[in-house]
Formats: sequence, structure tokens, C-alpha cells
Amino acid sequence: MTRTMWDSSVGKKTVMAVSGLIMLAYLVVHMLGNLKIFFGSDEFNDYAHWLRTLGEPFLHYEWALWIIRVVLVAAVVAHATSAYQLSRRDIRARPTKYVHKKPRASYATRTMRWGGIILGLFIVWHILDLTTGTVHPDGFQTGHPYQNVIDTFSTWYGNVIYIVAMLALGLHVRHGFWSAAQTLGVGSRARDRALKVTANVLALVLTVGFVSVPVAVMTGVVS
Amino acid sequence: MKLTLRVWRQKNADADGAMSTYEVDGISADMSFLEMLDTLNEELILKGEDPVAFDHDCREGICGACSLVINGDAHGPERTTTCQLHMRSFEDGDTIDIEPWRASAFPVVKDLVVDRSAFDRIIQAGGYITAPTGAAPEAHATPVPKPDADFAFEHAECIGCGACVAACPNGAAMLFTSAKINHLNVLPQGAPERETRVLDMVGQMDEEGFGGCTLTGECATACPKGIPLVSITSMNKEWLRATRTSGKR
Repeated sequence: MTRTMWDSSVGKKTVMAVSGLIMLAYLVVHMLGNLKIFFGSDEFNDYAHWLRTLGEPFLHYEWALWIIRVVLVAAVVAHATSAYQLSRRDIRARPTKYVHKKPRASYATRTMRWGGIILGLFIVWHILDLTTGTVHPDGFQTGHPYQNVIDTFSTWYGNVIYIVAMLALGLHVRHGFWSAAQTLGVGSRARDRALKVTANVLALVLTVGFVSVPVAVMTGVVS
Repeated sequence: MKLTLRVWRQKNADADGAMSTYEVDGISADMSFLEMLDTLNEELILKGEDPVAFDHDCREGICGACSLVINGDAHGPERTTTCQLHMRSFEDGDTIDIEPWRASAFPVVKDLVVDRSAFDRIIQAGGYITAPTGAAPEAHATPVPKPDADFAFEHAECIGCGACVAACPNGAAMLFTSAKINHLNVLPQGAPERETRVLDMVGQMDEEGFGGCTLTGECATACPKGIPLVSITSMNKEWLRATRTSGKR
């Protein structure tokens, strides 16, 4: 009998829920930090530098950042692995489609898998663009995140990739947050409305918050 | 009423199936859906053809034997079982698609009949209470709070028809399994096996090859007995509780 967390479909969903909530919590902080760009280059660059000194003197320079990175990578790997394995199980469980097809479930629900893949690819591009600078347009400057952000959002493809990914994020969070609550057993009839509203608000605030940066660069509010 | 039926025909479990088209005439709006299929089968038998095989038993909406995905909906357009669906839900001249439950855990036996023994094995894994048998005990010997009794009864309404699996895009049996677990786990009679029940039944559910839950809500929409989606949430909670506590015994 399958009894461990990882052997059970319900257990894998639990792993997805917890890792998803870790990433969601990070994204809320990340989005709020991004808004510092509206206060000018000095404040934004200082904030970026402060992230590296976070936890000092107890922690060494950049240690807090590396701890966060390790936790996030673990969360992404756990989330993606369980999603892949659960999806394989789901597809195996329903090999024959119905001849008479009907539109099913909400858009957010139907796009969870593709949305997740888009977000995974986006994370790779995003790190290569603004953390390592590997694919950055126009010469990446370490220690000058303000200028780097402006460079990225001065290209059409930078804006397109970013905005598409943030829309996918909104849809993903909309169904994902509520689903995580059900998986962790905290949903109930009385709480259902509150959970759905929270999921929608989180999705909307994250998407609008993140998208405001490229929009500001495109319109010249931030330059 | 005159109708065009497109019915899934499959000789046996190993044969390839396909949709076959039939015309039926003289259908009354007061006929049940199964009576309409009976009419078709009578014609087929008179013509010397193989009648369409479909599951049915009580025809009162309480046994869970009937199935059929009608125009893409498990049990058809009304929230009831196929046997309690009447032809007044359709229009004269309609084309109706009739397919079997689709899930790898429910293999097609013939035409529209699928093998639902996987559900029996989930029940065997823990969907019971171990109690000494004999004369029925005094009903008031074990008090049950009213909200718990209502909760148990709501889930006990599940007739195990499998519409939840048929409707689920992942072929998941989460709603069925959760109804059976919640029904017993909330009651004092079910308490001694509370942890093993949920762990064993979920384990068996996985072993049978049912999919996982992506909370699309299709199951609860299709359920003729109105088992709510939040039933799955309650099962998840029981499962997590059991994984935390069962190791300590």
C-alpha cells in the first residue's frame, strides 16, 4: 500500500501546494520590491544592494540571498517534478477522449499546465537576463539593476516575454492559490468565497504590480 | 419525437469501437432515456442486429448502475441519473451522442458497459466499519451530533455510479473516494479506523490508476447526488491528519 507523501497522488498535490505557496510568498515580496523603481535609480539600486547585505552582520555578505535562492530552486524543482508526475498520471487515467466535446472548466483551470511551462521558461530567461546578464541586451552592468531593467524593457521582445509571462502568472495564481487551500484541507463551504476572492486579488495585484514596470519604461515614466 | 442517435459500439473489451448512427421514431417525451434505448434495442433485435449493451438496474435513481455520457455530459443534461432523465429534456429532431464512461480504470466491457469493480476494491480497502454483527444495536446508544449526522448523510448519498470519474478530465475518483471516507470518518462508529481508512482507500484509488485532482469541479457538477466539491477538501484534510498521526501508533 502506498503510504508515504511522495507515493500518493494526494501527497504529491501537497508538495505542489506547499512549494507553490513558498513561491507565491516570494513573488509578493519581489513585486513590492520592484515598485521601488518608481522612486528613481538611487533608491532602486540601494535597495538591490541592501538585498545582498540582508542579515548582516549575523550572516555573511549575500548569504541571505543565497539561502533564498536555494529555497526557491528547491520549491521550483519540487513543484515542477510533482506537476510532471501528476500530469502523466492524469493523462494515463483518461486515454480516450469523448467524441462529443464540451468546453470545460474556467480558462485559468484549463491553462494550469501550459501556464506552468511558460512560467518555467520565463524564469530561465529572466535569470539569464537580469541576474547573470547572459542574454541581456546592450551590455549588462553588475551593480546597476536600474539601468539593466530599462535596457530590457527598451526591447520589444523583452516587453512581450515579460508581459505574457505575467499574465500567465495571474491565471496560474488565480486557480493555484485556491487549489492549494483545498489540497491542504483548509477550504470549507463557509470559507470558499473568501479564498476565491483572495486568489483573485493576489492574481490581480501581482500581475498589475509586475506589469507596471515595463509599462512605465515604455511610456517613459521610468527612464 | 424522432431522434438521431450516435452510439458507441464496441464488441468486447479488446475490440476497437466506433460511433454508429441510428434513427428512432415514435419517442414520447414522457419516456425515460433508458426506455428510449429499449425502443431502439427492440427494433435492432427485430432486424436481427446486436442490441446496444448498457448498464441499468433499479431505474429509480438509487442503485448507481446506469451510466452513459450523453452529449458530453455524464448522466446527460439534467442533474440526475440517466434512468431518471426523461426525453422531455430533448427536442424533436435532435442528434444525441451516447458514449460510455471514459477512464482507464473503467475499461469498456461492451458498447456502453464499463467495468466499475475498481470502486468495489476502493470500498474493500476501508469503506466499512469493523463492528460485531448481531441484532441491531439501540439507536441512541451512540449519540451523534446533528451537524455530524447531516454531514455523514450528505456523503452517504453517493451511489457509486462513477459519473465523477467520467466527468473528470483526469479520470480521478477523488469525489467518490472522499464521499465514502467522509461518510464514515465523521461518525463515532467510524472513528477506530479513521486513519487507516483514509490512507488505505486513497492508496487503493491510486493503485487502480485513477488520475489526480486538479480541482476543475467537473465531478461535483456531474454528480447526480450533489456530493459537493469541498468533500475532496475534507478528504485531503483527513489524509494529512492521518499521515501525521498514523506513524505514532
